[in-house]
Amino acid sequence: MNVSRRGFFKICGAGMTGSSLVAMGFTPTAALAEVRQYKLAHATETRSICPYCSVSCGTLIYSMGDKSKNAKARIFHIEGDPDNPVNRGSLCPKGAGLLDMVQSPLRLTHPEVREPGSTEWKRISWDEAFDRIAKHMKADRDANFVEKNEAGLTVNRWNTFGFLASSAASNEPGYLTHKVLRGLGAVAFDTQARI
Amino acid sequence: MALQSLDIARRSATTTEAPQVRETTEVAKLIDVSACIGCKACQAACMEWNDIRPEVGNNVGIYDNPQDLDDKTWTLMRFSEVEENGKLEWLIRKDGCMHCADPGCLKACPSPGAIIQYSNGIVDFHQENCIGCGYCITGCPFDVPRISKADSKAYKCSLCSDRVAVGQAPACAKACPTGAIKFGAKEDMVHYAEGRIEDLKERGYQNAGLYDPQGVGGTHVMYVLQHADKPTLYAGLPEDPQISPTVALWKGVAKPLALLALGATAVGSLFHYVMKGPNEVSKELEEEVEREDAK
Repeated sequence: MNVSRRGFFKICGAGMTGSSLVAMGFTPTAALAEVRQYKLAHATETRSICPYCSVSCGTLIYSMGDKSKNAKARIFHIEGDPDNPVNRGSLCPKGAGLLDMVQSPLRLTHPEVREPGSTEWKRISWDEAFDRIAKHMKADRDANFVEKNEAGLTVNRWNTFGFLASSAASNEPGYLTHKVLRGLGAVAFDTQARI
Repeated sequence: MALQSLDIARRSATTTEAPQVRETTEVAKLIDVSACIGCKACQAACMEWNDIRPEVGNNVGIYDNPQDLDDKTWTLMRFSEVEENGKLEWLIRKDGCMHCADPGCLKACPSPGAIIQYSNGIVDFHQENCIGCGYCITGCPFDVPRISKADSKAYKCSLCSDRVAVGQAPACAKACPTGAIKFGAKEDMVHYAEGRIEDLKERGYQNAGLYDPQGVGGTHVMYVLQHADKPTLYAGLPEDPQISPTVALWKGVAKPLALLALGATAVGSLFHYVMKGPNEVSKELEEEVEREDAK
């Protein structure tokens, strides 16, 4: 391109005028902005209880999709349940970070057994796990159940067995756990939150 | 019709007026330092809601974890051990953006629409418009924004503008198990703080007070401090925060002056052109020069 001296000055002048006008606010930039889209708008909301400690705070679990046939639900957000009288929406740091526990690659998702003398954990099915637990419980109870104490008083104790109940259990599952275990004569049981 | 879910009060490097007729409720977050136990539920809730996970760090012998705000840590508990009135006091301050009414970051920002102030008081960063210059850091009297190493854009607390826009409280305020973080209309928060301050005074904290610094026009994150006369005790909370004089000078005085000078030059040139016309060389002079060149 061949630009004369005069032409060069014209271009410079036009450029300066243009940039000055822009700088002085003659370009109509729309004063618009939008916040990040609310990510829970159509998520499925499910009530649950935090599994960590015996306080048993209420949580709201948000998963992708509306439970329709072809949508695979996946939890992507958890926060406190304002309607739960225990925590009224608040959560502790562990509870507030529940999502990362749910989605943790280290999370145990199936029963495992370590046989006596073995150093290896072996994966077993739920049915197998329930069968083994029931058999062990029956054998131990048959061997160690105390029907009467030294004074001849009926006590129906099973002292050689202990049970750790879920800390995520609310009042009703807690009542059922109590009924079942006391029915068996178990004395020692607690929530796993206190391990 | 609004084209945004929150009305805009100010937008960085934009001269067009934002629609300002509707009056929305001014919101505020109140952090009652005297009720905070430093559990960091707010930190966890913030990361969870905003989908940010900072690197797992190392323990360096203090409770501050991570040790500083960063692009993925928008709020941070800062622990200070101080001796006041002959007693050891463990002061725990939740640090993060204060959402100033007169935001230094927004004033300093040269990129249109990278920093927005909504009419409810929230100051929000819009990373898609951010050019990563870091002027917001210079402009901030509280040293809050951080530039990400991953995308060279500035990040900070948004006061959960996405939650507030649909009528919810910020994630940190919702999670707080001791009720040390409250959220609501600024008026209500000031009223609530008054009650807390009265209570603290009864308990012997004569200088208890509200931290709502007027140097930046007041803030939309306020603190109830046991020692409001010495805010620096709380991990260096500035006593009288002001927008840096450099930013105030450049964006306050120098910018319009420079624009005026630019404009005056353009207008001057125009007048010169109209009155004097182009500087033309006469035929005679041209011939004379050519004759001389030929010699």
